[in-house]
Amino acid sequence: MTEIFRMNEAQPRLLDEMRQGVVGKPLSRPEGPKKVTGTARYAAEDLPDGCVHGVLVRATISRGRVTGLDREAIRDMPGLIDVITDARLLRNPAQGMAGVAPCQPNGEVFYHGQPIALVVAESLETARDAAHRLPVHYEEIAFETDPEAAQDREDKDPETAGHFDATFAASSVTIDARYRTDAQAAAAMEPHAAIAQWSGETVLLRGSLQMLRFNRDELADSLGIDPERVRILSPFIGGGFGSKLGIGPEAVAAAIASEKIGRPVRVVMSRQTVFDTVLRRSETLQRVRLGADGDGRLRAISHDDLVSNLPGESFAEPVSQASQFLYGADGLSFSQTLARVSRTPSGSVRAPGEAVGMLALESAMDELAEKLGLCPVELRLRNIPETHPMTGQAYSVRRLADCLRTGAEQFGWARRGAPGAQVEGDWRIGMGVASAARKSALVQSAARVRLLGDRAVVETDMTDIGTGSYAILGQIAGEMLGLPVEKVDVRLGDTSFPGASGSGGSFGANSAGSAVFLAAKKIRAELAAQLGCAPGELALQDGIARGGNIERALTDLVSSEIVHEAEIAAGDTSKSHLSSGFGAHFAEVAVNVWTGEVRVRRMLGVMAMGRILNEKTSRSQALGGMIWGIGSALTEALEHDPRTGHIVTRDLANYHVPSHADVPGDMSVVFLEERDDMANPIQTKGIGELGISGAGAAVLNAIAHATGARVRDFPALPDRVIRAIEMAGV
Amino acid sequence: MRPFDYERATSLHDASERMSDAAAIIAGGTNLLDLMKIQVMTPSRLVDISRLDGLDRIDDHDGGLRIGALVTNTALATDPRVRAGWPVLSRAILAGASAQIRNKATTGGNLLQRTRCPYFYDTAMACNKRAPGTGCSAQGGSGRMLALLGTSEDCLAAHPSDMAVALAVLGASVEITAPSGELRTLPVTQLYTLPGNRPDIETDLKQGEIITAVVLPAPRPGTAQTYRKVRDRASYAFALVSVAAVVLMDGDTIAEASLAFGGIAPRPWTDGSVNALLAGAEASDESFARAAAQLVPDSAPHPETEFKRPLLRRTLIATLREATGLAGRVDTARSL
Repeated sequence: MTEIFRMNEAQPRLLDEMRQGVVGKPLSRPEGPKKVTGTARYAAEDLPDGCVHGVLVRATISRGRVTGLDREAIRDMPGLIDVITDARLLRNPAQGMAGVAPCQPNGEVFYHGQPIALVVAESLETARDAAHRLPVHYEEIAFETDPEAAQDREDKDPETAGHFDATFAASSVTIDARYRTDAQAAAAMEPHAAIAQWSGETVLLRGSLQMLRFNRDELADSLGIDPERVRILSPFIGGGFGSKLGIGPEAVAAAIASEKIGRPVRVVMSRQTVFDTVLRRSETLQRVRLGADGDGRLRAISHDDLVSNLPGESFAEPVSQASQFLYGADGLSFSQTLARVSRTPSGSVRAPGEAVGMLALESAMDELAEKLGLCPVELRLRNIPETHPMTGQAYSVRRLADCLRTGAEQFGWARRGAPGAQVEGDWRIGMGVASAARKSALVQSAARVRLLGDRAVVETDMTDIGTGSYAILGQIAGEMLGLPVEKVDVRLGDTSFPGASGSGGSFGANSAGSAVFLAAKKIRAELAAQLGCAPGELALQDGIARGGNIERALTDLVSSEIVHEAEIAAGDTSKSHLSSGFGAHFAEVAVNVWTGEVRVRRMLGVMAMGRILNEKTSRSQALGGMIWGIGSALTEALEHDPRTGHIVTRDLANYHVPSHADVPGDMSVVFLEERDDMANPIQTKGIGELGISGAGAAVLNAIAHATGARVRDFPALPDRVIRAIEMAGV
Repeated sequence: MRPFDYERATSLHDASERMSDAAAIIAGGTNLLDLMKIQVMTPSRLVDISRLDGLDRIDDHDGGLRIGALVTNTALATDPRVRAGWPVLSRAILAGASAQIRNKATTGGNLLQRTRCPYFYDTAMACNKRAPGTGCSAQGGSGRMLALLGTSEDCLAAHPSDMAVALAVLGASVEITAPSGELRTLPVTQLYTLPGNRPDIETDLKQGEIITAVVLPAPRPGTAQTYRKVRDRASYAFALVSVAAVVLMDGDTIAEASLAFGGIAPRPWTDGSVNALLAGAEASDESFARAAAQLVPDSAPHPETEFKRPLLRRTLIATLREATGLAGRVDTARSL
C-alpha cells in the first residue's frame, strides 16, 4: 500500500523551482490529432467480433408498474435475439461519486422515458424497431409533475449565521426578488454508450464515463459481483459535463445482456434517450433577499430555493453554494426545498449550484446596486468579507477585488452610461457585471509514474473529457523529471491503473495532478539518492541529471525503470481554509426593443484560479464555461410536458445550446497569477466550472442595463424579454 | 428503423410508377432519414430521385427563374441572380438549418419537410398527423413551437420552412409533374392544405405527383426585401415567428407591400388584407401597428402560443421598420 499524502499544511512551490517552463505553457492537447483525424476510439467504436446490439425499451407512463411485456408480438422478427428484463437494470445513472448502485426499480416506473428492458438483436436497426414495437402493459398510479405544486416535498433546515430576519428588517435598502430557471441538460456531443464483454468471471466495459474508480464499484454493485471482476476502459469521452459521472442504465444493461447471451453487447443511447434518462439539472425557483445600509454595505443575505428530483435520489441542486461565501453580512440564511416529482431525475450538470444560483444572486446584487444608486462593481467591492461568513474559515488566497478592478478597467466599464441610454436603431446596448466564485476541492487520487531512461509513462484511471488531462499530467511529469512533454506518455481511462478522482467538480487537475506530482517527486528522491545528493540539489533537464558534482544522462542512470506510485487526499487545510476560484465577468449586449432578441457583443472573464497548468486548455475551459453562461442566460431550456413530465425538447435541434452566432467574436479571458499553497502541492484551483459561474448573470445584468427592464425568468428568451419590457413600460 | 427497399429512379416517369402509399421519395433526405430512424415515418420503399438529370438547374424563365426541385438550398441561396433580384429568398434560406444541412437539402424537399411539433416526433404520444385518428397531444401539452393561425382542433402544428415563406412573399409557383408527364402549376401558398380534420394530408399533391420546379416571377426593381426570423437562439433554430417583406416605397409612403409569415401557421401564411392596408400608407409605427392588428388573432389556440401574438405584432413592426428604413441602418440588425 502506498502511503497517503494528506494535505495538512501549506506546501512549498516545488513546481516553480523546477524552472523547466513546461508547466503553464499553452501546449496543445497531445491526443488532439487523434480526435480530429477520427482515430481516437470512443466507447461505441471498438466493436469486438460477434458484438450484438441492445436498445433500451422505455416506459410510456409516468408512474406505476410494468405488468407484462408481450414478447410473443415481436418474437418472429428476423435477427431478434432477446428481450431482457432483470431486477438489476437501472432506473437512472448513479449520482457522482456514489460508488454504489443507483435505484434498481425492478419493474416499478418513476418517470416517463425510464428504461424498463433491453432488446438485443443482430443489428442496431432491428433492435430499435423491436424496442419500438414491443407491447408493454402497465398499471398506473397517481403522480405529480409540477415541482411548485408537489405535495411530496422535503424542507431542509435552513443554514444560518447571525440573525437574518432582524438584520434584514433593520436594513435601509432591501431587495426581495424571485427568479426562475428552466431545467437544463448537459447535452454532451457523444451519446452515452457502452460495450460489455465477459471473459470467464470478469467483465470488460468500454464506456463513456467520467469517474472510473467510482464507476467500477457502481457497476460491480449493480451486477452483484466483486469489483475485482470489473474492468472499465474510457480513454476518450466526447463531453461529459457531469452527465457521465455515474454508471448508467446503458452500461449495466449491456453487462447483464452480454453475460446472458454470451456475446459482446453494445448499447448506445439514442439522442432522445439521452435527454430522457440522463440526469438533468433541476429547474429552480429562487428567492433572494438582500439588505444593505445606505452606503452599500450588506447587512443581510438570504437565498432560498425550490428544486426537484425523483423519489429516492439524494441529489438536490446546491443552488446557494456560492451565496454562502461570496459576500459577507451580519445575518445570513439559506434554505432549500426538494420537491419529489415524476420527471427525468436531476443530478450534477456543469457547475451544479453556481450555474443557476449565481444567476439569481448576481441579478439581485445588480438590483440592489440600482436601488442604492451605486456602481455594481463598487457594491461588490464593498462587500468582500474578511473570512467565510458562515464558517469563519480563512480564504486560502482570493483575488476577487483584483478581478473586478482589472475587468472594469479592461472592459471599459467607465464608459457605461445610464440604463437604456445607449441606442442604435431599434437596439439598446448595455453592459453588465457579475462576480464569479466556484469552490475548489481535492479528492483522493493515486497515480503511477515510470521513468524509463529519458522518457516517462504516467498511469492513472483519471479521465479526459476533452478538458486536457492528457496534456497537463504530461506537463507536470515533464516539469518534475526534466523531460519535454513528447517524452511523457500519459495513459488514462483504465481501471487497472491507480484510482484517481476522475473528472468532475473541477477537481481533476488538483487531485490527479497532485498524485502525478507526488509520484514524480518520489522518482526525483530516488535519483538524488543514486547521485548521492539531497533531493533539493538535484537538477533534471533535457534528460540529464545533475547533483553534487555529478552529471549523468538519465539513460545511464536508470538501468531498467524507476517506478513510483503516490496517493493524495484532503487534510487539515480543507477544514481551516476555503479554497475557491474567484473572478469577474463582464458582458455587453444588444437588445432589440421590438423583438426581444438579445445578442451578446463582447464578453470578458477575469479569473484567478490558482496556478495555471496549461494556458491554452485553461483558456478553452474558461471560454467554454462563459459560453455555457450565455446558454443559461439566453437559450437553454428543457421543456417538460405538463401532463406526463417528460422532456419535450429532447434533441439538439430543440434544446438550444448556444450556436456560433450566439457567441461573440470578442470574447476574452484574463488569468491573474495565483498560487494556492493551502489547496494542494501543485498550488492549483479548479478551473472547469468557474467560467460558467456568474457568466450568465453578467449577460442578464447587461440586458437590464440596456433596456431598463429586468428579466427574472431565465433563460431570457425573446418573449420573456418582451414581457419585461412591456411590464416596465419602457 | 424498419427494413425498406431502396430504388434509384431512372426517370421522373419511373419514379412516379414506383410510388405508392407505402413509398417515399428521397432527395436530400435531411428530414426523412431522421424521421425514419425514430420510426415516425416508416416507408417500405425509398425512391431516390437525386440522380435524375436536369432537376438541379436554375434557368432564366420569363424574366424570372425556374428552379429545379433538386437545386440545393445552398446553391439557391448563393446564386448571384437570386441574391440580386430576390434577396429575401437568399436571406430566408440562410436563416434556416445549418450549412451542412443546406448543402444537402433540396428545393422540393424543403417545401415538403414535416412539422417540428414535438408530439409528431414522439411515437409514445398521440398525433393525428402521424397516426390519423389517435388525437392531438399538443392540445394540453407543451406548446412553444405550435401555430397561431390556421390550426384545427385536431392539429396545432406549424410548418417549419423559411424558404417557403420567402417564396410565398415573392408569389412563386410550384411546378408539379403528374405520372402521365403532364405539368400543372400552383402558387406556393396553394400547395399546402390546412389541417382541418385531416392533418395527415398536408399538400395538394396527388399520389405519384412530383414537384419538379419552383418558378419565380420577374423581380420587382426598387423594392426593399428582408427576412426577419425571431427564434430561441441566433442560428440553427426554427422560427418562433418570421416575417418576409417586399416593400416598394414612394418617398415616405409605402407604394406596395407584400408580407408573408413563418412559424405561425401550418403553411407559409399570407394575408392580402394586411398588404392592402399598407399600400398607400405612410411608413410609420402607427401604420405598421394597424397592419399588425389586422393580422394578429384575438386569441391563441394554445395557452403556450399566447406569447406569439405580441411577438408577431412586434416582429411585423420591426421588419417593416427595417424594410422602410425607419429603424435606421445599424450593424447589429444587418448582421442577424
